[in-house]
Amino acid sequence: MSTNSEIEERAPRRRTWRDIDLRAVAPFAALILLLIVGALVNPNFIGLTNLANVATRSAFIAIIAVGATFVISSGDLDLSVGSMVAFVASLMILFMNSGAIADPSLMLVAAMVLAVVIGGACGLLNGLITTLGRIEPFIATLGTMGIYRGLTTWLSQGGAITLQSSELQSLYRPAYFGNVLGVPVPIVVILVVTAIAAFVLYRTRYGRHVVAVGSSREVARYSGIAVDRVRTIAFVIQGLCVAVAVLLYVPRLGSTSATTGILWELQAITAVVVGGTALKGGAGRVWGTICGAFILELVGNIMLLSNFISEYLIGAIQGSIIIIAMLVQRSLTRKS
Amino acid sequence: MASDGANASVPVLAAERISKTFGEVQVLFSVDMDILPGEVHALVGENGAGKSTLIKTLSGFQPPTSGRILLDGEPVTLPANSAAEALGIILIHQEFNLAEHLTVTESLFLGREIARFGVLDRKAMRAEARRVLDMLGSRIDENALISSLAVADKQMVEIGKAISRDARVIFMDEPTAVLSREEAGILFDQVRKLKAKGTSFVFVSHKLDEVMEISDRVTVLRDGQWIKTAPTSLLDGEAIAQLMVGRELSSLYPAKHEPDVDEEVVLSVRNLTTGYVKDASFELRKGEVLGFSGLIGSGRSELMEAIAGLRPRLSGEVLLHGEHLPAGDFRETNRRGLAYMTKDRKGMGLLLDEGMTTNLTLQSLGQHVSHGYLDPASEAKAMARAKRRFDIRVRDDRVRVGRMSGGNQQKLLLAKVMETEPQIVIIDEPTRGIDVGTKQQIYHFIAALAREGRSIIVISSEMPEVIGLCTRVAVMREGHLVGILEGEEISEQMIMRYAAGLRRKAAG
Repeated sequence: MSTNSEIEERAPRRRTWRDIDLRAVAPFAALILLLIVGALVNPNFIGLTNLANVATRSAFIAIIAVGATFVISSGDLDLSVGSMVAFVASLMILFMNSGAIADPSLMLVAAMVLAVVIGGACGLLNGLITTLGRIEPFIATLGTMGIYRGLTTWLSQGGAITLQSSELQSLYRPAYFGNVLGVPVPIVVILVVTAIAAFVLYRTRYGRHVVAVGSSREVARYSGIAVDRVRTIAFVIQGLCVAVAVLLYVPRLGSTSATTGILWELQAITAVVVGGTALKGGAGRVWGTICGAFILELVGNIMLLSNFISEYLIGAIQGSIIIIAMLVQRSLTRKS
Repeated sequence: MASDGANASVPVLAAERISKTFGEVQVLFSVDMDILPGEVHALVGENGAGKSTLIKTLSGFQPPTSGRILLDGEPVTLPANSAAEALGIILIHQEFNLAEHLTVTESLFLGREIARFGVLDRKAMRAEARRVLDMLGSRIDENALISSLAVADKQMVEIGKAISRDARVIFMDEPTAVLSREEAGILFDQVRKLKAKGTSFVFVSHKLDEVMEISDRVTVLRDGQWIKTAPTSLLDGEAIAQLMVGRELSSLYPAKHEPDVDEEVVLSVRNLTTGYVKDASFELRKGEVLGFSGLIGSGRSELMEAIAGLRPRLSGEVLLHGEHLPAGDFRETNRRGLAYMTKDRKGMGLLLDEGMTTNLTLQSLGQHVSHGYLDPASEAKAMARAKRRFDIRVRDDRVRVGRMSGGNQQKLLLAKVMETEPQIVIIDEPTRGIDVGTKQQIYHFIAALAREGRSIIVISSEMPEVIGLCTRVAVMREGHLVGILEGEEISEQMIMRYAAGLRRKAAG
């Protein structure tokens, strides 16, 4: 998560200080500023354990937001991700509870595959409604947001769905609580997902098409780009990212309920915008998004460690962050 | 006669030694210009000469870096952001400032609605709107939605807006760029009427015949410098063009190369019908430059988009090298060697927020993929090649395309389309809104492409262009291909006769 990688991706050839796009650097500057503020507020804050904790907790939003970067870059919006998390997680746990496969390891692998397939399918549905149905993505995903949430509430009968087999639970636990070479698994997953996403967005034909479609649908069409396909695939990528987030979420509590993932869509969108991606489509910044998700979690953490702001105000603070981020983005655009 | 009497009077608006700098780039160098009451003053110059900047400065949209602006002989500081309209100084932008969802009346009174006791007085506004439109001799319905109007009518609403505010000076930035000849004629009639009542016009245009037709005086800018101001009657088109480029325009059009009669037919369109275009048939030979002329709205672009697969066809067939071309599949068409270059370079051609390379390779990204990922080095090579081949000149290679001049954008768009290595290229309005020098270059590019054995279709609303470039000219009128002219037949009069419906013959 260094600033260098972001700049490398954007300006592959010559690199001087003048080349740096302020909008790409701003989120990282904000992150550093927050780290300094946090260190001043509470010396425990800057400790490695605390920071690793914060990063781990940001994993769900970060991974979902990586998917949202694709959707937003291509000029769309997905409001259903929070409900989708609850829906996919419910089905995954129900499947594991069904006992369809006797061998626990095999069962776990099958359940994970199932989650990924359902996530992808939910994303595909969003994409098809938006493109084939020609419905504004805001409305389309507002609809599926209600559908996924409603189905979850129905599946759980308003209560919680809990993973029953303790054997499966202990088998699955390391997926969230484990370490790889001392690094918590969720952080590893964030880095892997982001690296793949950055590669796809900056270095593949599909990624270039996403940017083109987000900048101007007409130009993309007149350039022979299959606009609807590009948009639909972005929604599928979003669905897959939600599924990956679910794979981390389920082992943490081993349970979901009708209120799982509420307002996560707003946090994901905030992370994307804070990270420097334009909400109107076009330039997507994957590493910026991760930075944005981290900033959101850090602010909460600082509020918790300091005693002068109530942590109940966290929603208000995050709301302010998105507005400030937009203002900063716009003023930087004007200057350049 | 207007100018004779006006010479004695005080200019309504004058620029005195206006300079303007953006960042480190100086765009205007101590420019003088005065606008007399009741005159039409043409402002001409190549792209990047500073015309738009000068009129934006004079209409208060941008403050000058140095120099003075005089209103009725008194120095003024024009208020920013269109507040100068209150002083009667109005700028009609190239891209109109009209909200598509409002009616004509609502647009005319936007921001200064008539109200009685705080309630909108719709009746009074409609009556006033009608009065203004009648005064302009326009038959637009005052209750029509802006989105339903033709471009010329939108232009008329803008002018209506200007005069309903008692405009003293109206700046028009290329008002006829999007108008047909007939529509431009109507516009000019209104301009003459208003001029007779004492309104002054500043008219920015690339079309020198129109400048000759409508203006009383001409001011020429070149590279941000004032070159000359003179009564139009003392100049002719050739002289103005020379002042603009500062050099002799020896051969605007390259020599034509007529393909042999037995040259292979590469494209053959038979009885093609779309919603508007009816039963169009024509053939294109290898190495040929075929022109498509006609009034705006005659269905030329629609026909070409249907051939290129951007629009559905209702019936008829298209044969490419003797093989059927599937309908409505732009990518397949492109892959088989037929490319279409849009006339709307900003809306449909180029990603304005992106750099040149992203735009150049967008249509041909497949060539730059190795092992599944994009190869920046290969893209950079293509960019360097395109810059050489199409003489794209920019100060900074990483400039956003939206900031490039119209001429460079057009060259980049042509380069982008040519990256797909098409054998047949349909070029829609090759030189819209670009300066004479760049036009000449583009004509030579087209001729060079034809000499390489590619076949080219040029759609153009500028008749000299099709006449100068093409060995055959097809004319369309109201969705029908009414004739294909060859050799000696190709002349403005003959094309006009077909385009206006005075003559027609079976397509050859």
